[in-house]
Amino acid sequence: MSGFSRTDRDLVYWERMTSLLAIGPDPLDLDRLVTAVGASAPAGADGAVVTFLGLVRNHNLGRIVRHLEYEAYEPLALKVFERIAGETRDRWPGVRLALHHRVGRMEIGEASVAIAAASPHRADAFAACRYAIERVKQIAPIWKREFFEGGDVWIEGATANPDDTGARSEAERVACA
Amino acid sequence: MRVTVRFFARLRDIAGAAELARDVAPGATIGAVWRELAGEFPELVPYERSISSAVNADYARMDDVVGDGDEIAFLPPVSGG
Repeated sequence: MSGFSRTDRDLVYWERMTSLLAIGPDPLDLDRLVTAVGASAPAGADGAVVTFLGLVRNHNLGRIVRHLEYEAYEPLALKVFERIAGETRDRWPGVRLALHHRVGRMEIGEASVAIAAASPHRADAFAACRYAIERVKQIAPIWKREFFEGGDVWIEGATANPDDTGARSEAERVACA
Repeated sequence: MRVTVRFFARLRDIAGAAELARDVAPGATIGAVWRELAGEFPELVPYERSISSAVNADYARMDDVVGDGDEIAFLPPVSGG
């Protein structure tokens, strides 16, 4: 017998998939985020849920992409997701966020990140959803390795600094453009 | 004092390990731990200006002092999403 019974594994899976904030290897299910974020306010109070799915694209910088592998510093990533949710609440009171990121190997067309922002009003939900993905790209400790025709490369974007107010302002500017 | 060092993504490839244990002097900063490792793995040197660091799964600064048993993580520029 292994240490985990099937029931324990199912419970871990279920908790991850019904949480507002999550990171793990399971395929993403946007409906679960919409349900979770809707349940985080009194029934009937929301006027909008805006969702975003980030997909594995078959091309990048002129390369033909075969698949991607994501890795993360998961405990820190969850704290960063909490931080992003907090920043979002501060900037758009009444908005709640669900944010799931997947790790491991992903094929072309699969979703690597899913976000749902719920709000009484659509303008805030649109802005918060865009803000959240910009902040993930700036400060979440997650990396993608691109396997393309002819090789593979770690993609390196932003130096993560959660206290960089310039980056935060830029995310707000993009979100409200 | 003994600390655990964690590497991610390309830094892990360079170090050839996701995790290393290292002895450090009392009062050592994260930056001092990094410089020690950069001496050991010269390919890390170009990352000096672009890495982030964390202690016990919280973002930290390079001039923060490390403690016995700390988990120190070095993070190359991120690319989630």
